[in-house]
Amino acid sequence: MSRIGVSFDKARADGRAVLVGCMPAGFPTVEGSIAAMKAMVEAGVDVIEVEIPYSDPVMDGPVIQKASDVALAGGVRTADTLRIIAAVAETGAQVVTMTYWNPIEQYGVDAFARDLAAAGGTGLITPDLIPDEADEWLAASDTYGLDRTFLVSPSSTDARLRMTVEHCRGFVYATALMGVTGARAQTSQAAPILVSRLREVTDLPVGVGLGVGTGAQAGTVAGYADGVIVGSALVRCLLDAPDQAAGLAALRALSAELAEGVRNPVR
Amino acid sequence: MSADAAAPAGQVPDAAGHFGRFGGRFVPEALVAALDELDAAYRKAMTDEEFLAEFHALLRDYAATPSRLYEAQRFSAKAGARVLLKREDLNHTGAHKVRNVLGQALLTKRMGKTRVIAETGAGQHGVATATAAALFDLECVVYMGEVDTERQALNVARMRMLGATVVPVTTGSRTLKDAMNEAMRDWVANVDTTHYLIGTAAGPHPFPEMVRDFVRGIGEEARQQCLDLTGALPDAVAACVGGGSNALGIFHAFVPDPGVRLYGFEAGGEGVETGRHAASITGGSSGVLHGTRTYVLQNADGQTIESHSISAGLDYPGVGPEHAWLHDSGRATYLPVNDDEAMAAFALLCRTEGIIPAIESSHALAGALKIGPQLAAELGREPVIVVNLSGRGDKDVHTAGGYFGILDKEQ
Repeated sequence: MSRIGVSFDKARADGRAVLVGCMPAGFPTVEGSIAAMKAMVEAGVDVIEVEIPYSDPVMDGPVIQKASDVALAGGVRTADTLRIIAAVAETGAQVVTMTYWNPIEQYGVDAFARDLAAAGGTGLITPDLIPDEADEWLAASDTYGLDRTFLVSPSSTDARLRMTVEHCRGFVYATALMGVTGARAQTSQAAPILVSRLREVTDLPVGVGLGVGTGAQAGTVAGYADGVIVGSALVRCLLDAPDQAAGLAALRALSAELAEGVRNPVR
Repeated sequence: MSADAAAPAGQVPDAAGHFGRFGGRFVPEALVAALDELDAAYRKAMTDEEFLAEFHALLRDYAATPSRLYEAQRFSAKAGARVLLKREDLNHTGAHKVRNVLGQALLTKRMGKTRVIAETGAGQHGVATATAAALFDLECVVYMGEVDTERQALNVARMRMLGATVVPVTTGSRTLKDAMNEAMRDWVANVDTTHYLIGTAAGPHPFPEMVRDFVRGIGEEARQQCLDLTGALPDAVAACVGGGSNALGIFHAFVPDPGVRLYGFEAGGEGVETGRHAASITGGSSGVLHGTRTYVLQNADGQTIESHSISAGLDYPGVGPEHAWLHDSGRATYLPVNDDEAMAAFALLCRTEGIIPAIESSHALAGALKIGPQLAAELGREPVIVVNLSGRGDKDVHTAGGYFGILDKEQ
């Protein structure tokens, strides 16, 4: 049983894709990130992806690196992330957590799974944990009924696609291009090919991320994927704003534009 | 270097690159295909006569190996031990690193890739990579923390002379670990054309095993040279440990010899107790960093802590996973050597032997000075210690000159 499947089922019934919006926990502050995530929910983001800030985020481009640095410099702890997740889950929105592996390993894999489930989180997206190394997480996520989203890439072989989706629960994350997070001017040509390869091997919902930043791009991706994952473009709303109010206003506006996009899939 | 897989049981990681509980692959899925390709190319090469002949010819004619084993008699008198120096400092480009770089550059060619990227701290691995890239006509991009590009301006110039592009990294702490992050990001985006030429026996499988294999000739040579010179194996082998490639290179051949003690000397910086050090095994804990599970300097939340060492080449908050395993298994002993101890050994080698060592290697020399009297007492005779003099100190003249206060004002 998947927790996050509810969001995908609902969107599918509406003939649209799920909008997943990412924000680092504790950016710009713990309270500021809760306010930002709530604003995203109010403006139509279906699932909030709370990223645990990490000192060495090798899958992230400059925007999320910068935001993570700000959060860490502000002293955010893993325990704060759990508090943020609980606060956002209370709004009724679903929360998925994106994390590099070392913070979880240091918290304790079983302990984190227990506390994440208690906070109302649905599961983890793990950019640097592949199923090959995930025995402890596979066990803990089973114990606490959490979802597991591993990533697949245009470079993944068919055998690895099959192996990876077998270990996923909830949805699988298709990285749209070879690269790191960050909005791009063009949507990826590789993504629809990767998604159709996934359709051959799984019925799991497919979320597509990397490089999506506008409503039009969200509509394009919604045309072939079940979920549209946006991070850097949303984070930039706060990074570029002169003050918090302006940042939240920009964040609401972009969230609404993206929500409109996933409701108008280009097929 | 012998091409066979004659290493004893337990000395080889499992098929997924685990040394006991360490090692493995903690990487984005996007890199798995490239790591698998590299692993296959490396395994094929290690049993391919043509590859090995080409590699050995380059090691001999280009890199000037085997390096000599030199008995440092005047230094020995101060150490209370017979100290034999493995002269990797006399290799082309001035350190053991040329062995690894030549091996990986040859593999890059065989995989049909046209571009190499590298991370560098002090600039030594960057210079070695730029050297091999020039030799093999490969495009070369070197990532270097902005702090280090300022500290090591001459090495930046050397890399540019050799045709490499040096990219200053301005994220995070702007040092080696951030340069490694940036190189990983480049690799994820350009993996079709690009090989990431990692400079030490760390990172995701197969890098730790592969890099060790490219440098293990150091120990194979030293073992035979010691037998030829003294008629016996040494009592101890000493090396400095940052990421740990020079130490694995000299340890590997001696691991099956139970009578040979293996000592790795980590950078103790201002003292492990001060928190300002780079001693990942002595002062760190098990964690995941840069694609592998190993000992890491980190806080309770798993955030990497910045390392500190007078030696830029040891200034890294992790260590190769095979060292983590050698430590846990008890086969090797890891001890910290602080900045002052290393610099005292640096000065001593200069004055007793007329050899200016790298500050990295000076940690191993300081270690020999520490363990010499202990071993002598324990064995009841003069011990024989092989020290890996992994690099020369030309690059460190500015740092050492500043440390000793012997630079004229304008410099």
